[in-house]
Amino acid sequence: MKKVAALYDWLDSRTGCKKLLHESLYENVPGGSRWRYVWGSTLTFAFMVQVITGIFLWMAYAPSSQTAWESVYYIQHEMWGGWLLRGIHHFTAQAMTVLLVLHLMQVVVDGAYKAPREINFFFGMLLLLLVLGLSLTGYLLPWDQKGYWATKVATNIMAITPFVGPELQKIVIGGTDYGHHTLTRFFALHAGVLPGLVILLIVGHVYLFRKHGLTAAQPKAKPDCAFWPDQVLKDVVACLAVLAAVIFFIVQRRLFGGGDLGAPLGAPADPSESFSAARPEWYFLFLFQFLKVEWLIKLFGHQGELVGAIIIPSVVLGLLFAMPFIGKWKLGHRFNLGLLGIILISATLLTVQAVREDLHKPEYLASVKQAEQESKRVVELARTRGIPITGAVELLRTDPVIQGPKLFAKNCASCHRYEGHNGLGLAVNDAQSAPDLKGFGSREWAAAFLDPKRIASSNFFGGTKFADGKMVRFVRKDATNFTPEQVQQITAALAAEAQLPALVEADKRDAVLIDAGRTFMTSDTARCTECHQFRKKDEDATAPDLTGYGSREWLIGIISNPKHERFYGKRNDRMPAFSDDKILDARSIELLADWLRGQP
Amino acid sequence: MENSQCEHCPCPDRRGFLKKLACHVIGGIITLVPFAAGLAVWLDPARRKSQTGGQLVRVATLNALPDDGVPRKFAVLASRVDAWNKSPETAVGAVYLRREKGGQPRAFNVVCPHAGCFVDFMDARNCYLCPCHNSTFALDGKINDAKSPSPRGLDELQVEVKNDGEVWVKFQNFRAGTTEKIPA
Repeated sequence: MKKVAALYDWLDSRTGCKKLLHESLYENVPGGSRWRYVWGSTLTFAFMVQVITGIFLWMAYAPSSQTAWESVYYIQHEMWGGWLLRGIHHFTAQAMTVLLVLHLMQVVVDGAYKAPREINFFFGMLLLLLVLGLSLTGYLLPWDQKGYWATKVATNIMAITPFVGPELQKIVIGGTDYGHHTLTRFFALHAGVLPGLVILLIVGHVYLFRKHGLTAAQPKAKPDCAFWPDQVLKDVVACLAVLAAVIFFIVQRRLFGGGDLGAPLGAPADPSESFSAARPEWYFLFLFQFLKVEWLIKLFGHQGELVGAIIIPSVVLGLLFAMPFIGKWKLGHRFNLGLLGIILISATLLTVQAVREDLHKPEYLASVKQAEQESKRVVELARTRGIPITGAVELLRTDPVIQGPKLFAKNCASCHRYEGHNGLGLAVNDAQSAPDLKGFGSREWAAAFLDPKRIASSNFFGGTKFADGKMVRFVRKDATNFTPEQVQQITAALAAEAQLPALVEADKRDAVLIDAGRTFMTSDTARCTECHQFRKKDEDATAPDLTGYGSREWLIGIISNPKHERFYGKRNDRMPAFSDDKILDARSIELLADWLRGQP
Repeated sequence: MENSQCEHCPCPDRRGFLKKLACHVIGGIITLVPFAAGLAVWLDPARRKSQTGGQLVRVATLNALPDDGVPRKFAVLASRVDAWNKSPETAVGAVYLRREKGGQPRAFNVVCPHAGCFVDFMDARNCYLCPCHNSTFALDGKINDAKSPSPRGLDELQVEVKNDGEVWVKFQNFRAGTTEKIPA
C-alpha cells in the first residue's frame, strides 16, 4: 500500500495529477446532487462506449462496396460476441440522440444557456450536430438496403443546395454515384474526423462548464455538496440505466418474437433493386415526413423540397443557436421554452404520423416483409455457400427463392396467381385468367386437376380458353367414373414425373402406387394417352406432354415456348414464349422454374 | 475542502463509504461490458484453425515437369475461405517440383523455414537461396551451408502422381523458426 502511495506521489510531483483529480471530484454542486444533472455525464459515458465499441468494430470492418456488408455480416453472425458489440454500438447511438434532447431540454429549462455560458451553449449545439452527423454516416456503413437507399435520399437532397449542390454531393459521396469511395469517405468521417471534433468540443464543453460552474435549479433544495460521491453515484446509476436500456433493445427482438440478437442487418445493398421500405433512422423520420407536408408543396411548388429540407431546418437551427441572445429579452426565456416545446412537439407529431402512414401502406408492409425474408435468406446462403468475391448481393441475384417471386410478379402475375397473390404477397388488379401455380406439379395439384369441381375454377382452367375444352369435359364426365384408388394412382404417378425436391421421399415410398398409376394412365379406361404423350413417343399427341410433367426441364420448356408442339402447340391460349420471344433470358427462366418447383 | 464539504452534507462515514463503493462497482460494470464485448470479437481469430492442413492439390502434370532434375516453381491454387469470402481457385502458396530421370517428383514448399521468405532456385549455383538472410539449400532441400540461419531444411511435401500424369501435392505450411517441422 505504501509503495502505491509513493508511486502516486512520484507521479503527482511530475504531472500534478492529484490536483486534477481533486478538482474534478470536488467540484461544487450548488444545492446538492440532483438527478436532473446527470445528462451531461450519461452523454460522455455513451460517447466513451461508442469509442470503445467503435474501435473494436473498426478492426473487423472493411469499407468497400463488396466487403462492407460482408464484413458486418461476419461480425454479426460469425465472430464471438459480434452481435453484442454491434448491438451496443447501434443502440447506444440511438440512446445518445435521446440523451442529447434531454440534455438540451434541461439546459433550456434551467436557463443554463444564458450569459456567461453562451459559448458553452454553442459548443453543446455543435456537439448535437456532430452526433447527428455520426448517426447519418454510421447508418450507411453496413451497406444494407435500408442504409443504402435512405442515405441516398439524404445525399440527393444535398444536391438541391443552391449554387454548389451537385458538386457538394459529388464530393460527399466520392464520385458521381455510390461506390467504394462513398464508403471510405463516410467511414473516415465516422471513425476519424467527426469523433475527433467531438472529443475536442467535449474537452472545451467540460472546461467551460467547470469554469462557470453548474447552473443550479432554483430554488436550491439542499445545501451545496461536492461532486464526489453523491452526484457521481447518481451519474453512474444513470449510466447503468442507459446501458440496461441498450442491452434490453439488443435482446428484445429475440425475447419477443424470435428475431436476431443485436442490431438489425438488412439484405446487402443492390443498386438494381430499389427498396421502397427505405426509411431514415427513427430520429430523422420527422424531417423525412416534413418533406411530405402538403402546405409546403402547395406554397412553394417545386421549391418545396429546398424550403423544407434546407431553408426551414436552417432557420430553426439558427433560432436555437440564437437562444442565448433571445434570452436577454424580457420574455426571451419564455420564448425559448416555447420554441423548444414547439420543435419537440412538431417533431414528435411528424414522427408519429410517419410511422402511422407506413403501417397503413400495404406496399410498405410487403416491402418490409420482403426485406426481412431477403436478409434471412442471404445469411442462410452466406453460411452454407460462403460469399463470392463479387459480394453477397450475387448470392441473392442467383437465388430462386428470392428472384422467383420477383420474376413471377413482373412476368406472370397479370394472368397467373401464386397462392392468390402476385408472388410477392400483393394483390393484383387484373382478374385472374390462368392457373394459380402454387404447388405446380405436386400431388395436390394433380388431385385438384382431376376434381370436376375445381378443374374449371379460376385457379385452374376457369379463366382460359380451355374452360370448356376437352380436358374439362373429360374430367367432369369420364373421370367421375374413376375409383378413389385410381385417382390416387394417377395423382401419385403424375406428380412423380415432376421429381419435386419435396416429394423425393414420398416417391420412393410409393413406388408401387406410382407404377400402378403409370400403367393405368396408358390404359383404355383412363384414356390419358388419347391426347397426351406419356413416356412413349407419340406423333399424334395434341395435348401437352405428360412425360416429365412439372420437372425442371419441362417447366423451362413451357416457359420458353408454350407454342412448341410438345406443349400447347397452335392451341396455346395467350401465354408468351418467354425465351423465343426474347422476353426473359435463360437464367431468369431457370430461376422461375426452380422457384415454382420449390428448389432452394 | 473534502471535510468542509462534508460538514454541510448529512453523510455519515459508513454511508459515504457505501456510496463510494457503489460508484466504483457500477463504474466498473459499465466500462467492462462494452470493453468485454469488443475483446471477445478481437480474440475471435484465436479459435480459427488453419485451412491448409494437408489438402491434396493438383499442381502440375508430368508433361510440364521435365526429368532433368532442375526444380521448377508452381503456384498452388485451392479453394480458400478468407473470413466471409469463399473462393474456388485462389493462390494459397507455391511449391518447387523436381524430377530426375525415371524418378518420382519431389515437392518442397517455397517458404524458407527461417523467417518465411520465398526461396529462389539459383541456376548458376545449383541451389536454393533465400533472398532475406542468405540461407541456402541443396537440391534435395537440405541445408548446405554451415552458417545458414535456417533451423531446418526446406519443408518437403508429400507427392502423388495419379490420373495419368497429374502431380498432386499435399500442400501444407509449417511454423518458421523451429528445428522441427510443425504444421502451422
